[in-house]
Amino acid sequence: MSTETSIALEPKRESLFSKKNRKLLTDPLDDSNPITVQVLGICSALAITVQVQQAVIMSLAVLFVMIGGNVIVSMMRNIIPDRIRIIVQLVVIASLVIIVDEVLKAYSPDISEKLSVFVGLIITNCIIMGRLEAFALGNKPGPAMLDAVGNAMGYAWILLAVAFVREVLGSGAISFPGIGQVKFLPESWFMANGGFYENNNLMILPPMALITVGVIIWIQRSRNRSLIEEN
Amino acid sequence: MKALHKLIEERVKPNFTGDGKLKRFWVVFDSLETFLFTPGHTTSKGVHVRDGIDLKRTMFLVIVAMLPALLFGTWNIGHQYYLSLGDITTADAWSAMFLDKILVGAIKVVPLIVVSYATGLGIEFIIAGINGHSINEGFLVSGMLIPLIMPVDVPLWMVAVATAFAVMIAKEVFGGTGMNILNVALTARAFLFFAYPKQMSGEIWIHNVMGSKAAGTLQMADGYTGATALGQLANTVGQPVNGEVSAGVMSMFADGGMFSFMNCFIGTIPGSVAETSALAALIGAALLIWTGIGSWRIISSFIVGGLVMGVIFNALGLNAYMTIGPVHQVVMGGFMFGAVFMATDPVSAAQTNTGKWVYGFLGGLFSIMIRVFNPAYPEGVMMAILFMNVMAPTIDHYVIEGNIRRREKRMTQAAIA
Repeated sequence: MSTETSIALEPKRESLFSKKNRKLLTDPLDDSNPITVQVLGICSALAITVQVQQAVIMSLAVLFVMIGGNVIVSMMRNIIPDRIRIIVQLVVIASLVIIVDEVLKAYSPDISEKLSVFVGLIITNCIIMGRLEAFALGNKPGPAMLDAVGNAMGYAWILLAVAFVREVLGSGAISFPGIGQVKFLPESWFMANGGFYENNNLMILPPMALITVGVIIWIQRSRNRSLIEEN
Repeated sequence: MKALHKLIEERVKPNFTGDGKLKRFWVVFDSLETFLFTPGHTTSKGVHVRDGIDLKRTMFLVIVAMLPALLFGTWNIGHQYYLSLGDITTADAWSAMFLDKILVGAIKVVPLIVVSYATGLGIEFIIAGINGHSINEGFLVSGMLIPLIMPVDVPLWMVAVATAFAVMIAKEVFGGTGMNILNVALTARAFLFFAYPKQMSGEIWIHNVMGSKAAGTLQMADGYTGATALGQLANTVGQPVNGEVSAGVMSMFADGGMFSFMNCFIGTIPGSVAETSALAALIGAALLIWTGIGSWRIISSFIVGGLVMGVIFNALGLNAYMTIGPVHQVVMGGFMFGAVFMATDPVSAAQTNTGKWVYGFLGGLFSIMIRVFNPAYPEGVMMAILFMNVMAPTIDHYVIEGNIRRREKRMTQAAIA
């Protein structure tokens, strides 16, 4: 297989930002979004979107692991024996995830604690494995990096959108790494202080993440008709 | 009547049809017109003999069936209000201050109904306008059910949010009226239950009275607590059967107590707007069954399911909650209201006759089970019906499969013979 791919994929030189390569960046944002269209990486999207700061950190971690994984596997694509390619990919991803985990533990232990096992579980994030299998194994490092950035961004914007909705409605606050959580609603609005408002507790529970992702898919499909299946 | 019809046909209708000025609002006009007059269309092909009862009339009959519960609930709110103030005692409960009670109740109930209908119908109109189809009548019943199962003092904006959520997520997403998997009104309540648990816990009933009591500006009548029957009973879970807490709570459920069997059956106890009265729900049930709209199979098997679970709990008797008699158990809380108006929702219930028996029986069983086992969910009926809504297609599937297999067997046996 390795010889085959190297022969099949020997196109004429093209610039890194050719039209085809630019599509690698933009496609995952909408038409082939990893979460809303391919429905990959859902578990982490549901689990860590209670606060925006966790979503930001998670997105950065996935971005790092994806770029690293895609580029490394792409560079090694011609020397990886076909039969053990999954194991090789796993080793690459796992080492990168361990780096991320250790860095997080060292520099922001509280967020690391909130993300708990989900940093470790990046290893099993289907988006990363999927891109390695589907793209990095058959393409040069340059396009592989663009593909990684595109997919990580597609993952990130959904995560941030869901986290934003959930945090604003569920906690009446907004947070960002380094700043912490800022409650922007006046305390006197809340019922406990004689006001009229109450935070929506359901937004903090996982089912609402699922419903929020569903609503995003709904909006996306109503705007982008090409995504609707024919039946 | 003829003059009105003529006026609408000649003056109003042209504005909405063809190139009329208001043709964008045709769906609105159409739905309002069919409310006033039977539509003039005739069947052009297929079967020509039709029942005169269409969706609008079905829905309207359900609302009529709800009226006893609504009227009693309105009176009961006022009743509980004056009871908590100590203005009346239970002895002269029925005769005293009848109009005052109705007035207090109406002040609470009418805004709830208005908000529910305004939000729900607003969304229906907008979606019908976007999709260009006519407005369905499905919300008529949901819009009335939602205020009836709300706690009395729930803030109106919460009702609006919950209604919007239920109509969008439980109904429109699945394709509108007739396509929903879950009961719309119960989805609204479940949303509030999880989103704003403090307002829905069944602990605070007449909020402003309780609030002023806490602030020390008001003296409450002796022995009056704002908690509902199920809220009280939840306190006994985890307590010894004959312990102090259990004994205190159970005395309220004995004859002559606040939650005695008669009080629970008639409904003169604190609770959500219209759920307290088992009697009113049963009157509604009689009307629904008589007109053939509600399934008697579901209603009766639901109640039987509740009774069976009550008997099992009686036999176990692990805490005071379990020792409540099965009949007393099913007339408390929203059980009867749920059995009559929620479980029978023809869209989300099981469709096959055998399936209806299973669906109702398990619904009743789970209602009592959830309410007793998990004191954090005082109203098990809501959870049980929503759960059975999800299971209904599976039940139907196995009923149909079983039927096919039986007929197949019969056929092959006949062929052999």
